[in-house]
Amino acid sequence: MKVIVLIKQVPGTANTRMNPETGVMIRDAGETILNPLDEHAVTEAVAIKKKHPGTEVIALTMGPPSAQKVLREACARGADKGILLSHKAFGGSDTLATSRVLAAAIQKIGAINLVLAGEKATDGETGQTGPMTAALLDIPVITFVHRLEVNEMHIIARRMVEEGIEEVKASLPALVTVVKDINNPPLPTIKGYILAKKQTFPVWGPADLAIEEGTLGLKGSPTRVVKIFTPKLSRQTTFYTAANEEQMPGAAEAVLKVLLNRSLIEKGDRYGA
Amino acid sequence: MEPKHSVMVLAEIRSQKVHELTLEMIAWGRKLADKLGVPVDCVVLGIEQADFQKLVHWGADRVLVVTNGRPDSLLATPAARLLVETIRAEQPGIVIAPATTFGRTIMPITAARLATGLTADCTELDIDPKDNLLLQTRPAIGGNIMATIKTARTKPQMATVRPRSIKPGGFDPTSQGEVIIKHYDTGNAWQETLLSFMGNEENDINLENADIVVSGGKGMKSKENYQLLEELAGLLGAGLGATRDAVEAGWAPFARQVGLTGKTVSPKVYLAAGVSGKIQHLAGILTSEYIIAINEDADSQIFKVADLGIIGDAPTVVTCLIQAFKDLKTDGKEHENG
Ligand SMILES: Cc1cc2nc3c(=O)[nH]c(=O)nc-3n(C[C@H](O)[C@H](O)[C@H](O)COP(=O)(O)OP(=O)(O)OC[C@H]3O[C@@H](n4cnc5c(N)ncnc54)[C@H](O)[C@@H]3O)c2cc1C
Ligand SMILES: Nc1ncnc2c1ncn2[C@@H]1O[C@H](COP(=O)(O)O)[C@@H](O)[C@H]1O
Repeated sequence: MKVIVLIKQVPGTANTRMNPETGVMIRDAGETILNPLDEHAVTEAVAIKKKHPGTEVIALTMGPPSAQKVLREACARGADKGILLSHKAFGGSDTLATSRVLAAAIQKIGAINLVLAGEKATDGETGQTGPMTAALLDIPVITFVHRLEVNEMHIIARRMVEEGIEEVKASLPALVTVVKDINNPPLPTIKGYILAKKQTFPVWGPADLAIEEGTLGLKGSPTRVVKIFTPKLSRQTTFYTAANEEQMPGAAEAVLKVLLNRSLIEKGDRYGA
Repeated sequence: MEPKHSVMVLAEIRSQKVHELTLEMIAWGRKLADKLGVPVDCVVLGIEQADFQKLVHWGADRVLVVTNGRPDSLLATPAARLLVETIRAEQPGIVIAPATTFGRTIMPITAARLATGLTADCTELDIDPKDNLLLQTRPAIGGNIMATIKTARTKPQMATVRPRSIKPGGFDPTSQGEVIIKHYDTGNAWQETLLSFMGNEENDINLENADIVVSGGKGMKSKENYQLLEELAGLLGAGLGATRDAVEAGWAPFARQVGLTGKTVSPKVYLAAGVSGKIQHLAGILTSEYIIAINEDADSQIFKVADLGIIGDAPTVVTCLIQAFKDLKTDGKEHENG
C-alpha cells in the first residue's frame, strides 16, 4: 500500500507571548514545529505500515525550504520518504491554492491508496486543506476520525461529530483527517533520527507538477486578507477581593448576579428540589 | 426582473432533524441580504420531512429542500454534490454554513469543486458598502489577531461561521416565503456508506453549545477540588471545561480541554477558576460574551480578558459559590411560596 501523509510546518506556539499593551503576539520568528495533529497522522500511517507489511509511507509538505525539518521529523517517526513542495510561485497560497499543489503532487506520485491529514493546523486553523485536496482528487473523504481500520480495498473510520460517533466505510483511495484521540504519538527514537538525518528530500516546483501557473500562490488564491486588527483584549474588569471569609459572600453574590441578570439561572427551584 | 444573487445559508442537520443552529444561519443571511437587497435561500440537505415553513417564519425567503432520495445523502461526498448542484442552479452571491463537523466538511469540498474561496470559522460577517463584497472576519493565529478576508474574483463567496456568533432573528408567523423541494441525482458513484451511529450520553451537556461554561485550571490545586467544579456545573446546568494543564494532570478527560488544541466555546458566561489565561487557552474562549475569572494572583493574564475578576483562592471561592447557589434556590422558593 502507498500511504501519503500531509504535514505542515507551523510556528511553535510554546514561546508565544503577548504584548500586554497591544495584545499582539510576540513570536520567536525562527521557531517552527510539526503541526501537532500531523504528528498523529504520521503515527497512524506508521501503524498501518506495521499491520500491512510492504506499505510505503510518504510525507508531503508544501512550504519554504526550511520545511525540510518536518519531513525529517516524519521520517524519524517512521515515514519512509519525504517530498518537499517548494517554490516562490507557491508563496501566499490560501487553502485552495495549497490543495491544488498537494493534489497535483499526489497525482504525480500516483497509485496511492490512502491520504492522511491533520484535522486542522494550529496556525491557520481552517481544517479545509484535507477535504479540499480530496475534492480535487475526486476521492472520498472522512473527517474528524478518531479510529481507523484499513483493509486492502476499503477503510472503516469512526468520526467524532457533535452528537456522537459515526462509523463510515469508504472505498480506497480515500482521504482521512484525524483528530488527537486517534493515537498517542511516541517520541521519535534516536535511531529514527539517525536514519532520518541521512535522508534527502526531492523538491518539486510548478514545473514538476501538472498545474496551471495562474492557479498558484497568492495570484491563484481566491481569498485575500484585506485587514488585520487586534481586538481590544482588555475588558473593563470589575474586581472583587475574596481574601477572607467576610469577603466571600460578596464575591459569590456578584457571580450569581451576572447569571441572574442574563436569565441563565433563576431563583427558586423549578424542579422542586 | 433581473435575477438577484441570493444569500444562501445551509441548514444544520443532525440526527435527521433541522438543528436550531439553522436559525442563526438564517439570521446571518438576513443581515447580509438586507444590506444587499437580495433574498435569503435556506438550503436543507438530505431530509424531506420537517416543518420547513417554520424556517420561513424565522426569516428565510425560500427554503430549498434538496435530496437525492437516498439514505446516505448526508455523507460528505453526496451532500457536497447536492450543494454544488444547488449552487450551480441558483447562482447565489454568498453561501454560508455553520462551522460544525457537517459544515466544515462539505463546504471545503464544495468550494474546491467550484474553484472558489472559503473562509473558515468566521465570527463576524458584513458587507463592504464600497463594492458589496462579503467581509469575512475570523480570529487568526490563536485568536489575538483578527483578520478580515474577501473573496473578490470568484463566486460564490463562501464562509463557515462559528456557532453562537449571532442570535436567531425574530419569529414572524405572518412572513411569506416558498418551500421548494428539489431532487438531484448524484449518481451512485460515491463510495461512502454510513455503517452505524452511536449517540453521546444524554446527560453530558455539550461543552460547545452550553450557555454557561465552568472551567478549571491548575489553580484548583487537586482533582478533588476540580470535582467541585463538576458539582457547580451540574447545579448551573453548565458545560464543564479544563485547561490543558488540568487535563494533563489527569483531572479531566481531553474532551473537556478548552483552547487552541481543545474545544472553542462561546458561552454567554465563561467562568475560569484557577486559570492563568495563557494565549493557547484564551484562543478557545475569547468570543465568550462575559468572562468571570477567579485567581489568587491579581496580575494574572486571565484578568485582562475578564469582565468580573475575583481575587482569591479558587477552591474556596467555588465552594462558597456552590453554597450561595443552593441558598438562592431555597430562598427563592420561600419567596415564591410566600
Ligand atoms: C501548542 C500548544 C497548544 C496548547 N493548547 C492548549 C489548549 O488548547 N488549552 C489550554 O488550556 N492550554 C493549552 N496549552 C497550554 C497553555 O500554554 C498553558 O500551559 C495552560 O493553559 C495553562 O493551564 P493553567 O492555567 O491551568 O495552569 P497555569 O498556567 O499553571 O496557571 C495556574 C493559575 O492558577 C493560579 N492559582 C494558583 N493557585 C491558585 C489558587 N489557590 N487559587 C486561585 N488561583 C490560583 C495561578 O496564579 C495561575 O494563574 C497549549 C500549549 C501549547 C504549547
Ligand atoms: N502546506 C501544507 N503542506 C502539507 N500539508 C498541509 C499543508 N497545509 C495544510 N496541510 C494539511 O492539512 C491539514 C489541515 O490544515 P489547515 O487546513 O491549514 O488547517 C494539516 O493538518 C495538514 O495535514
